[in-house]
Amino acid sequence: MISDFSDPAQLTNTAVLKAENVNVYYGSNLAVRDVSLDIPRNKVVAFIGPSGCGKSTILRCFNRMNDLIPGARVDGTITFHDRNLYSKALDPVEIRRRIGMVFQKPNPFPKSIYENIAFGARINGYQGDMDELVESSLRKAAIWEEVKDKLKESGLALSGGQQQRLCIARAIAISPEVILMDEPCSALDPISTLRVEELIHELKQQYTIVIVTHNMQQASRVSDLTAFYNAEATEKGNKIGYLVEYDNTQSIFHNPQQQATQDYVSGRFG
Amino acid sequence: MTFESPVPDDRLWKPNRKLSQWMEGVVKFIFAAFAFISVITTLGIVLTLIFETFDFFKEVSLWNFLTDTKWTPLFKSAKFGIWVLISATVLTSAIAIIVALPLGLLAAICLSEYATSRVRSLLKPALEILAGVPTVVYGYFALLFVTPLLQLLIPGLQGFNALSAGIVVGISIVPLIASLSEDAIYAVPRSLRDGAYALGATKRETIISVVLPAALSGIVASVILAVSRAIGETMIVALAAGQNPTLGLNPFVPVMTMTAFIVQVSLGDTPAGSLAYRTIFVVGMTLFVITLALNIFSFWFVRRFREKYE
Ligand SMILES: Nc1ncnc2c1ncn2[C@@H]1O[C@H](COP(=O)(O)OP(=O)(O)OP(=O)(O)O)[C@@H](O)[C@H]1O
Ligand SMILES: [Mg+2]
Repeated sequence: MISDFSDPAQLTNTAVLKAENVNVYYGSNLAVRDVSLDIPRNKVVAFIGPSGCGKSTILRCFNRMNDLIPGARVDGTITFHDRNLYSKALDPVEIRRRIGMVFQKPNPFPKSIYENIAFGARINGYQGDMDELVESSLRKAAIWEEVKDKLKESGLALSGGQQQRLCIARAIAISPEVILMDEPCSALDPISTLRVEELIHELKQQYTIVIVTHNMQQASRVSDLTAFYNAEATEKGNKIGYLVEYDNTQSIFHNPQQQATQDYVSGRFG
Repeated sequence: MTFESPVPDDRLWKPNRKLSQWMEGVVKFIFAAFAFISVITTLGIVLTLIFETFDFFKEVSLWNFLTDTKWTPLFKSAKFGIWVLISATVLTSAIAIIVALPLGLLAAICLSEYATSRVRSLLKPALEILAGVPTVVYGYFALLFVTPLLQLLIPGLQGFNALSAGIVVGISIVPLIASLSEDAIYAVPRSLRDGAYALGATKRETIISVVLPAALSGIVASVILAVSRAIGETMIVALAAGQNPTLGLNPFVPVMTMTAFIVQVSLGDTPAGSLAYRTIFVVGMTLFVITLALNIFSFWFVRRFREKYE
């Protein structure tokens, strides 16, 4: 089902994350079945698909956030630089340090803006100049100008859009290799959304990004590759998500191989 | 197609409505009456305290009340140094909080963050039983079990002492701190924890650096409530701390707390209207002022430091 990339060899060489035949269960329910895809380095990959098809679920598999959900279970293989992400030898804490995450709802800590950034660095044993790190992270997240005079104020006192950029700054501060973003703009106004999108463009130079979005335009604007997920109902009534098609964003939006993809991206769905 | 609108039939509706209107009025009255009872009671208590206190200070100067170093209201040369009683109350309450704060907080963290549902189902009822034990039982527990135990460790410890009473008061308020703090910790949104974990925080780091600070106002409120409870605790200190008004903060000797004094005088045959009788109210007023101040502080603190998450 996954169509060939223009240059498959190049892509496999630089794949940072690789999922093979991944199934995810919540308790005894299969939520997502048989997902295989590669996340290439320094690219932006968008996950799109109808609600409940398992985009967030797969995203959380990549930094083992699913471990925190009681009853969640992952089988199949996910590798990070060719090492099995789920092997006993790897500490999920270490993985999350290298694969950061930004959530759908901004969730700054009830601490000062400064401490929001410094927290991650501190627990990860950062030795350098903390002021400098805070400033550079906030600059990268395009929020420095707005908060530089109130670093001591609570992160909760910011607007939703500012909070989300603060959360992105917080994720960047520990210099992860990959940033996972679960609908980062869904709570934001169009202007903040644009700023976050610009930000993603810049971050691409240094980071690999996976972003879940319900916004087709956003997916086509920011991503290099797009994965379309869909869900099918079982006889028991619950839905099982699966990967329909994964390709260059251009191809997904203009020349999809699957009818379902065509219907979804053109808004003729369900 | 024709639609027939239903014929309005007054007989169907009227009787019903009258009755429910009447009932509504009665219910409203009953509720208002109950609400009023609690207001009246509070008012009554406060007024009694104020009047008796006023009469008391006609005979004893406020200056002596606040500066005397002896508390001997029943002696010929009566002295009313309230600090003697306050120091005892502060002493037992401080010991109680030193015991109860770590125990209660750790229990709350354990219950909300670490315990499996199985452990929880054992721990919670155990705490509730602890909260349900009558204080007179705690009092004898202090006197007949904890004190002899402490005497093994601390030779020369007197039979009545602030230490044992304080420790047992502490145990008795552990459930209060534990359950209120647990609520506060539980109310910290999951998204905050996820945020910390996603930065590579361990569970311990998440709890200490994110969850506890976020729950701080609730935890402080629970501790202040527990302090008020410890200050007002009567039975345990009356039984185990002794009846000796001594100024100072020595935990190894018998002391007399404010509540213990009230018990002592109330049990004796003090004629109503006498000065000794009024000391009960003065001490009661002091207690009331202290707990009121604590509650106001707690109210202010919670308002000031509560984080609002939508
Ligand atoms: N914590 C959970 N416990 C149990 N089931 C869950 C949990 N999270 C998700 N699921 C189930 O897994 C399936 C996929 O959910 P998921 O959140 O991954 O969908 P999604 O594609 O992100 O949807 P949306 O676009 O609405 O965010 C759903 O059927 C959902 O009911
Ligand atoms: Mg989702």
